[in-house]
Amino acid sequence: MIQSPAELQNLRDRYAKGMAQQKAGILVCAGTGCVASGSLEVHAALEHALKEQGLHTSVQLLLEEESTGGVTAVKSGCHGFCEMGPLVRIDPEGVLYTKVKPVDAADIVAALDNGEPVERLLYRHPATQQVFVKESDIPFYKHQTRVALANCGHIDPNDIAAYIAKDGYQGAANALSRPPQDVVDNVLEANLRGRGGGGFPAGRKWSIAASVDADQKYIICNGDEGDPGAFMDRSVMEGDPHRIIEGMLIAGYAIGASQGYIYVRAEYPLAVERLRQALSDAEAWGLLGDNILGTGFSFALHVKEGAGAFVCGEESALIASIEGERGMPRPKPPFPAVAGLWNKPTIINNVETLANVPDILRRGVDWFKNSGTPSSPGTKTFALTGEVANTGLIEVPMGLTVRDVVYTIGGGIRKQMAFKAVQIGGPSGGCLTEEHLDLPLDYDSLQQVGAMIGSGGLVVMNEETCIVEVARFFMEFTQNESCGKCVLCREGTRRMKEILQRIVDGQGAESDLGLLEEVGESVQAGSLCGLGKTAPNPVLTTLQYFEEEYLAHVRDKRCPAGVCPGLKTFAIAAEDCVGCSKCARVCPVDAISGKVKEPFVIDREACIKCGACVDACKFGAVVEVA
Amino acid sequence: MASVDLQNEQSGIEFVEQSVQKWGRSPSALIPILQDIQQQYRYLPEQLLTHAATALELPPASVYGVATFYAQFSLDPKGKYLIKVCDGTACHVRKSMPVYEAIRKRVRLVDGKSTTEDMQYTVETVSCLGACGLAPVVTINDKVYGQMTPDAITAIIDMLEQQEGEV
Repeated sequence: MIQSPAELQNLRDRYAKGMAQQKAGILVCAGTGCVASGSLEVHAALEHALKEQGLHTSVQLLLEEESTGGVTAVKSGCHGFCEMGPLVRIDPEGVLYTKVKPVDAADIVAALDNGEPVERLLYRHPATQQVFVKESDIPFYKHQTRVALANCGHIDPNDIAAYIAKDGYQGAANALSRPPQDVVDNVLEANLRGRGGGGFPAGRKWSIAASVDADQKYIICNGDEGDPGAFMDRSVMEGDPHRIIEGMLIAGYAIGASQGYIYVRAEYPLAVERLRQALSDAEAWGLLGDNILGTGFSFALHVKEGAGAFVCGEESALIASIEGERGMPRPKPPFPAVAGLWNKPTIINNVETLANVPDILRRGVDWFKNSGTPSSPGTKTFALTGEVANTGLIEVPMGLTVRDVVYTIGGGIRKQMAFKAVQIGGPSGGCLTEEHLDLPLDYDSLQQVGAMIGSGGLVVMNEETCIVEVARFFMEFTQNESCGKCVLCREGTRRMKEILQRIVDGQGAESDLGLLEEVGESVQAGSLCGLGKTAPNPVLTTLQYFEEEYLAHVRDKRCPAGVCPGLKTFAIAAEDCVGCSKCARVCPVDAISGKVKEPFVIDREACIKCGACVDACKFGAVVEVA
Repeated sequence: MASVDLQNEQSGIEFVEQSVQKWGRSPSALIPILQDIQQQYRYLPEQLLTHAATALELPPASVYGVATFYAQFSLDPKGKYLIKVCDGTACHVRKSMPVYEAIRKRVRLVDGKSTTEDMQYTVETVSCLGACGLAPVVTINDKVYGQMTPDAITAIIDMLEQQEGEV
């Protein structure tokens, strides 16, 4: 039990010294991505190799006086560079090993002694062939500024001592020693804007809730990260759960709430497990519960698992879901800050927003405002995915340009193809084109071009991506997730999806484009919540910036990217076919037939135009014909 | 709604009772209780839904409403292997649909069905599993497989069946 801020400071110093005295800290990424690539096996092999070498090992961080100068080999949260996983980081040097396999364990352990890193496991730049030893020198990491993700991949998320050694809970200690109003003013002054998409200043929400008189108030962390293509909240919850607890503790103190809920998406079982562990550790160490740090403030937290509904990312729907009902939004006002969960004043902040709070309190408002732009201070995480060379999770100062992110950090487009567009903000956002490459990524600049930062999904598309098909994809998603309460959202998204389906099937007419715009604007105007208000964005922005591509589909019956199945026909060029039968074997509908060593043929009636045969043929014999 | 006889209905009712004990009888306990049932039986059997409604003093219609609203809940039994193909944006752009078609072909699913006759496989798409860096992603009973291709996933299912044969 930590009983005072001074005691916390003392522990921090002793753990930090313990960390400095270690021979090495091995951090094996155990984020969902690296686990899928086999990182748990790598961790087991490393433990085995350490034992064989007779090195002192421990599973958790030790205090200064307990330290044996040994090695810790722990599972960490996501390092962000998922493409190169499984990732292993060696501290204190900060060496990063990529694509590590269990057989590499002995060499990694041997390298701890001889000081020479294992060269074959180091990151090699695909274009320049330059080899990087340290994680912080790799271009993917070099241009990042990590605040919310500062500890992700650098500590064991299940070890509260490691969080404390990295100045954990110091922000809370600072907050709890001041009047609550001071804390609210700090966050207000920092102009911390909601990282979940809307960009509403967190301090404004806090001051409303703080000013309402009530016997009970609540603070909710919104971890219902539903945007397809975004996984920053998952990474923070899995990689640094104590940061969220600390942020909520500060928020709770500021507004006078004694209870809080962390609402986590059903699809993130690992995040739930790590948060539960972190909650029980924080309780055991006296950082949650009654009379925290001897200040008299009491705060309890609960984890609530979502059940799979995108609309529950919306504040009032999320509240309905915690109350046990269908997650349907309610009209506002009253805003949740006045009447939220069980009609009590409730603050709902996104995971990343809360993850920024501890550092604002610990390092000060001026430090926070040092990065970012005047109207959007601080940093933002982005999930960089799609047809970009380096996929993964990044955090950069607000105001960096699209070009910086896609080319400098992302390493450009995969397979040396041409950049076509980047979709930002998921199903609520829009598509940006080449002309926007120098647009700064901040709340206001994006809003001006009809897009939004959203939760920060950045899906990069190349010339082989069909914009119309992507618009259809998003419409199908929002139509599916519309809760059905507002007629315009329920019916309108369905009609928009049908029109887009018609276009990609090759049955569209020019008049459909005007119709899409009209329906889209009506859906925006006639919906209660953010889902409906923003659902038409992907369609409306692409209609604006890629009108030619829509026209090619409806007027010329042609898909320039060669994606839309309804607009293409496949055939096998007899002169190139060697009769290997590979195409026939991959065909999902058995539409290809022939005799081995003789040219095969495609039955056009049966063909569903999936293109599996094109990818399978090593001889380029399957061709698209007009 | 499927009405599959539970092998032992009494044990099912006891299970619901235990869950109610754990979460309490307030309406906000409904979703956690349904999650327990879903996890135990891998779907929500009708009898147990009715029982949960009675225990929480909620109209069965409200319980049915919640059970059908959330994607996590299923009113139909699922196969032994639940295969989820991620069709989030990143996976979609990196061609998840051919992977989905390949799985359906491999386990011989036809006519828009999602579960095989022998109850071995259920094949679904999901919006996003949050492993976008490894797109396209497939999970089989929650084990994640990244950077899938039609060939790779077919080989994985082959391996599963081989292991089945050995048991």
